[in-house]
Amino acid sequence: MSLKSGHLISIRDFSRNDIDFVLDSAKIMSRKLKESGGDPEQPAQGKILASLFFEPSTRTRYSFESAMLRLGGKCWGFSETVGTSVAKGESLADTIMMADRYADVLVVRSPIEGAARFSSKIAKSSVINAGDGGNQHPSQTLLDLYTIREITKGISGAKVALVGDLKHARTMRSLVWALALYGARVVLVAPPELRFSEETLEDIHHSYHFEPEVCKYIDDPLLEDIDVLYLCRIQKERFSDPLEAERISGAYRIDHSVLSNFSSDVAILHPLPKTADEINPEIDNSPHAWYYKQAANGIPVRMAIIKLLMEGINSA
Amino acid sequence: MPDSKSDLVVRRIERGTVIDHILVGRGLRVLEFLGLHEDFEKWGIVALVMGVPSPKDEGSKDIVKIEGYSLTPEETSLIALISPKATINVIEDYKICEKYQVSLPKAFRGMPGTICPNPNCVTNIETNALPEFTVESAKDVVHARCIYCERQFIAERVISPNR
Repeated sequence: MSLKSGHLISIRDFSRNDIDFVLDSAKIMSRKLKESGGDPEQPAQGKILASLFFEPSTRTRYSFESAMLRLGGKCWGFSETVGTSVAKGESLADTIMMADRYADVLVVRSPIEGAARFSSKIAKSSVINAGDGGNQHPSQTLLDLYTIREITKGISGAKVALVGDLKHARTMRSLVWALALYGARVVLVAPPELRFSEETLEDIHHSYHFEPEVCKYIDDPLLEDIDVLYLCRIQKERFSDPLEAERISGAYRIDHSVLSNFSSDVAILHPLPKTADEINPEIDNSPHAWYYKQAANGIPVRMAIIKLLMEGINSA
Repeated sequence: MPDSKSDLVVRRIERGTVIDHILVGRGLRVLEFLGLHEDFEKWGIVALVMGVPSPKDEGSKDIVKIEGYSLTPEETSLIALISPKATINVIEDYKICEKYQVSLPKAFRGMPGTICPNPNCVTNIETNALPEFTVESAKDVVHARCIYCERQFIAERVISPNR
């Protein structure tokens, strides 16, 4: 399986069997968490995880660190470059080479695309990509798939709408690839300015004959029978006209009246952080709000990732 | 001795390389990435013949002749990215002593003159991150995918004209 390489870099490196194996392992971790608050075997005892976040993060960093602690390991790291040698102009390579000597697992987030792959080539420790620019966020995708599997009977039979800024969000770029891999039905909902590029869609189509449905607005009839509504933030700063940004952002806001267009058990996912621009807080306590459960699933999924990386387990 | 029609345009060379069956219109691009368009003192006589009639090449082709120079394997690979069906003729004493078709590499790494067109790719930011690509071909279109940022490009876009 792809984790056999000792690194988690891109969802593109995974087969369906690889992903299923990680999700099954996460299920076991979830049971252990419920029973004893962690993995009783403490497989990470004596190991250290370094969080190297060259960009801000809340959920990803803290869920990786919680996962490591619940596996019996220890953590250190930074979530901004202020106060590190990076602020003095140190190269990514030097930072990685240094951290490689201080830790066993390196969790790397960077605005630079390919930073994690590069890190994996120069480090002896396991490298986990926690987001590289607009490219990939594979651990988020794995926990998204884990949650979709909980919501539906199976990922391949699910109908998922990806809504919002598809062009810039790495979570979307990672997730759409995985959904195509599973043959899930996908509806892409975005204004023309924020859709996946033609190259991206052709690329996925070439690999998996991926043929998503496309619509512009959230009240499109295409969405009436979807199982999962996966939202992400409309990045207003990408628009030259603030009024246009406001109009578009408002057009994708979810509240109870919008939800009446969907099936009664539609589940809403969001990688978070969310704002009231995307989801009216009135939804938070409804059964549709799966995003907190989704975030919580980050723990068992990341525990499984760390454990598998450390053990070099393969699914064969 | 009578020459073929194309040879009437440019004389035969005594020693060097003839790159034949280049996709019509791509000959200039071949010259560019070999650096033949600027470093004149480095090379012998260089000839570019464009639009040579050739039924084998869907009507016409381009030809490049370079006097006194043999291509390196790396250069041959790069030509394959631009024109996958080009052939290389090695010339000695006015005769073809070796002839082969260029072959697409499955991947290439750190090849001089290659660059990822994505400015936010780590290979354009970190000095030690050498450009590395995998190659995919479908219906005469060759694509190169950066192994770092994972973006896919028409292959010749990853070849810098200023190598």
